[in-house]
Amino acid sequence: MSDGAGKEIEQLIALMAKLPGLGPRSARRAVLTMIKKRRLLLDPLAQAMTEVAATARECVECGNIGTSDLCDICTSPKRDQTILCIVEDVSDLWAMERAQVFSGRYHVLGGVLSALDGIGPDELKLPKLETRVAQGQIKEAILALGATVDGQTTAHYLADRLEPLGITVTTLAQGVPVGGELDYLDDGTISAALRARKSL
Amino acid sequence: MTRLALTSLKLAAFRSHASLRVETDGRPVAIYGPNGAGKTNILEAISMLSPGRGLRRAAAADMARSATGIGWRVTAELHSLEQSHEVVTGVEGDAARSVTIDGKAAAQVALGRIARILWLVPVMDRLWLEGAGERRRFLDRMALSFTPSHAEASITYERAMRDRNRLLKDQSRDAGWYDALEDQMARAGAAITATRMEALSRVARAQEDAATAFPRATLSITGPDGEDAPDGSEDQLRRAFAEGRRRDMAAGRTLTGPHRADLSAIYTDKDMPARHCSTGEQKALLISLILANARALADSFGAPPILLLDEVAAHLDTDRRAALYDEICALGAQAWMTGTGAELFDALGPRAMRLHVTEEGGESRTQAEA
Repeated sequence: MSDGAGKEIEQLIALMAKLPGLGPRSARRAVLTMIKKRRLLLDPLAQAMTEVAATARECVECGNIGTSDLCDICTSPKRDQTILCIVEDVSDLWAMERAQVFSGRYHVLGGVLSALDGIGPDELKLPKLETRVAQGQIKEAILALGATVDGQTTAHYLADRLEPLGITVTTLAQGVPVGGELDYLDDGTISAALRARKSL
Repeated sequence: MTRLALTSLKLAAFRSHASLRVETDGRPVAIYGPNGAGKTNILEAISMLSPGRGLRRAAAADMARSATGIGWRVTAELHSLEQSHEVVTGVEGDAARSVTIDGKAAAQVALGRIARILWLVPVMDRLWLEGAGERRRFLDRMALSFTPSHAEASITYERAMRDRNRLLKDQSRDAGWYDALEDQMARAGAAITATRMEALSRVARAQEDAATAFPRATLSITGPDGEDAPDGSEDQLRRAFAEGRRRDMAAGRTLTGPHRADLSAIYTDKDMPARHCSTGEQKALLISLILANARALADSFGAPPILLLDEVAAHLDTDRRAALYDEICALGAQAWMTGTGAELFDALGPRAMRLHVTEEGGESRTQAEA
């Protein structure tokens, strides 16, 4: 579909429309806004993208995305080296960081086990994880994986692999969300919450 | 009225019905008309107000009026216990079937919590003669009618089993991966078996106490070859999956577990397996089970379910037919029944409303009669 704009601009719109959360219409609006606000948006954005394109890479230690071989979390001396939080994806790591409650380090698996999708232990960053644990500093691994069939399968699998290495393996609790009302919870969540009840 | 009934039903572009609108007062509904007029289509549309693929097990897209290609919609006012709900389900374009309850989008499983719908269709006449799959589905619908969360356990089990089957086909020997999947299968599987057993015992209790003209059936769950089923506990399943890996790998699929269970029925008074009974007796057993299921639900859910009985009158003699109608009315269930002639429903008298369905140029026309 032609917008009557030049070929390069249409190319930009087509690329933007592939981004999550954007479609052809919102991509056109975004591109138009950028061009109108050239100094404020377009130039800085182009520069930022060039820089990110040149420097963005996966942290060799944890799999987080940063701009150097080791990410800021892995190099920070303030981070507790004895606790490791294992997540499925970088977006999960970022979600944990937004909450600002976890002071340990991370390990990003890059997916969860799914035989149907052809994702096995070799596709996940498991050897690296086992190497990290075997180095001896880590005392506890927290499995922060989704409450899906694949997520739980992966959690079970990891627990079996990591416990023999002499560390404590824990998983995030499942149950009533903060600020949530029981009335709105599905049966599965209520039964998980009931099983995981604790004394006050 | 503390009960469960449709008070209004609207179909748009659903199979042969371009547009249908029926208001009911909660009484049973007798639908009559010639073959191919579109009677069963009305029952199928109502069955879509429960989770799953409905009484024909058809793909949602196939229910559209083929000529139009714009999808279909079923809109119903459902009186459930003390409340009325507006339930809309349908398909638009290529999208999956959508459900809204009182104007809010909902998951299909949510339908199971407000409506309980049981059906009996002619293909089920061969239930005791054919493969275990149909009987398992019959058993699972029974379990689902008492415990809506049965659906979630089944989905979890199926999902983990598909993954395990993939591993088996790929000849994977990663014991840890099998352990992890089998753990989930064992948990979900134990829940599935428990709700099935619970359903059977509720139906058995409902048969014991009942004054009914229909024969009693003794139901039990067996293994795939009719052998006694193991207890189905989490531990038992976990062991069975682990021990069966080598054999399963040779077969390329999981050969043990609740997905292989079968339902066995015995005509209690004759102590005869259902499959050896006459066609008429088998039909009577099925009706007996549906009625028992409905009575048990009236107790546990608080209202008898909506019954969809397709061509049920045709196979019964006059006395049995009258007995069936009496039992439905005593139960207070809204039964939607089909038959070719109005006279099949004479014994109902004023206890039911009637719909006359005819067909003209491939389109159904429906006329309500008081």
